Amino acid sequence: MSERNHLRRKWFNRLMLVLSGCAAGLAILILALILGYILVHGISYINLNFLTQAAKPVGEAGGGMRNEIIGSLILIGLASILAIPVGLMAGIFVSDFASPKMAATVRFASDILAGVPSIVVGIFAYAILVRPMHSFSALSAGVALAIIMVPIIARTAEESLRLVPNSMREAALALGITRWRAVLSVIVPGALTGIITGVMLSLARVAGETAPLLFTALGSNFGYQGLTKPIGALPLQIYHYALSPYADWQHQAWAAAFLLLLLVLCISILVRWISGRRHA
Amino acid sequence: MATVSDRVRNATTKQDIREVTTHFEGDKGILEVQTLNAWYGKTLAIKDISMSIRSRTITAIIGPSGCGKSTFIRCLNRMHEVSHGGRVSGSVLLDGKDIYARDVDPVTIRQRIGMVFQKPSPFPTMSIFDNVAAGLRLTRLWSRRGDLQEVVERSLRQAALWDEVKDKLNQSGASLSGGQQQRLCIARALAVAPEIILLDEPCSALDPAATLKIEDLMRNLAQEYTIVIVTHNMQQAARVSEWTAFFLLGEMIEYGKTVDIFSRPKDKRTEDYITGRFG
Repeated sequence: MSERNHLRRKWFNRLMLVLSGCAAGLAILILALILGYILVHGISYINLNFLTQAAKPVGEAGGGMRNEIIGSLILIGLASILAIPVGLMAGIFVSDFASPKMAATVRFASDILAGVPSIVVGIFAYAILVRPMHSFSALSAGVALAIIMVPIIARTAEESLRLVPNSMREAALALGITRWRAVLSVIVPGALTGIITGVMLSLARVAGETAPLLFTALGSNFGYQGLTKPIGALPLQIYHYALSPYADWQHQAWAAAFLLLLLVLCISILVRWISGRRHA
Repeated sequence: MATVSDRVRNATTKQDIREVTTHFEGDKGILEVQTLNAWYGKTLAIKDISMSIRSRTITAIIGPSGCGKSTFIRCLNRMHEVSHGGRVSGSVLLDGKDIYARDVDPVTIRQRIGMVFQKPSPFPTMSIFDNVAAGLRLTRLWSRRGDLQEVVERSLRQAALWDEVKDKLNQSGASLSGGQQQRLCIARALAVAPEIILLDEPCSALDPAATLKIEDLMRNLAQEYTIVIVTHNMQQAARVSEWTAFFLLGEMIEYGKTVDIFSRPKDKRTEDYITGRFG
């Protein structure tokens, strides 16, 4: 009786092991397929012109995505300027100043914000900025992306700040250092690698966001013309070009997809490198 | 007329501060604890403690684990209220002024009454130099590197650490051994020129050799500073302290000269504890 039970358990164990192995393999396979497919399609269309020239009208050969690359960088930079201070300060508040009840409330709110679909965030930015200002704008897109970044930064900042031992806080306070100064000069530096990791993760997340840009940045063929004017961005251009009937544009969309993927991949590798150093 | 604490704050060198402090000596202790109670949430951790702590002596607080000795010492520089749910009643007079008075900022109290903790806690992101300078740098808006250098060297010398670290002041404080880290923390506490130093089981994480070094250091420091040490090591209390208080279950059972406490304790419970019958 127990012999049979033992055998059954052994086979069941093997079966589950194989299944979970397959699932893990599938996940890696999908990633490899995406990377490989985009690599194969995209890399042949990447050239110096693609990186340095502005888009050309339909029918004209050549042209590139210089404006969109710069536009994406501007939007990401703008979103960072808006989101990093807010997210970091929210994280500091929750980890070091809020009462447990208040901390739980803020944490809950920030989790919900992180779960809001990005297209909803786009509509929100459209309603509060684009409509009143009567213009699609880089600013509104920056705000939309910042709203997506804030909860990611706040949560990772809070978690890394809480990893700094309480003895550091007490040691600082016992020297007669005020609380805010202790946090800024002792606690935040101690959590810096974690905070930077969170910022990088949020950057990787918003770099590829397309939906919130549709209602805000809109897209533009003229490059940067000011914060209150529409602006082009890589994901938007991919969307635009991939749906177009022109082979030339489709090729450029592949190239842009490859470039975007490369960007996100670089950020991810940087994140691993930074967070690896924390444990070294 | 400037108050004492004003003068202490304005005093620029440690000598000035000594003068201000000694001015108040007499028979009175520099710290006068009056009916002190401390809570963690609803739990009463120490009950009705009254004692005088004399200037420029080492006072040891002994007792078994959980007797409230750490809580007590944390009340002396208002660190108890930093703990979640920490609450205090009663008063602690420093040079005759209650540190729990409404108009007193705990931050200034902690500058005058320094503290060293059980576990060595150098700031890991700072160099040895910056660790010692931290108390000065982060309590001022701005400080001159030259001034800091002087204070850092003096503090490290006082903590008997200078010779070991003078060639590696820019290395991380975490690179030192446990005993060195603890002396670094003592140097860090000394750098802000406190009048009193509280040591909360400073040697419990250290080996015997490092412990002896810290004890020698304490004896030297006692010539200039008032020292209160919490220890669960009775031999240590007997070795270094002049006065000893025995705590049990949040109450102070007996307080007197260390020689008296260890040779002819008045209370049966003190005797049982020091003869090793419990604790």
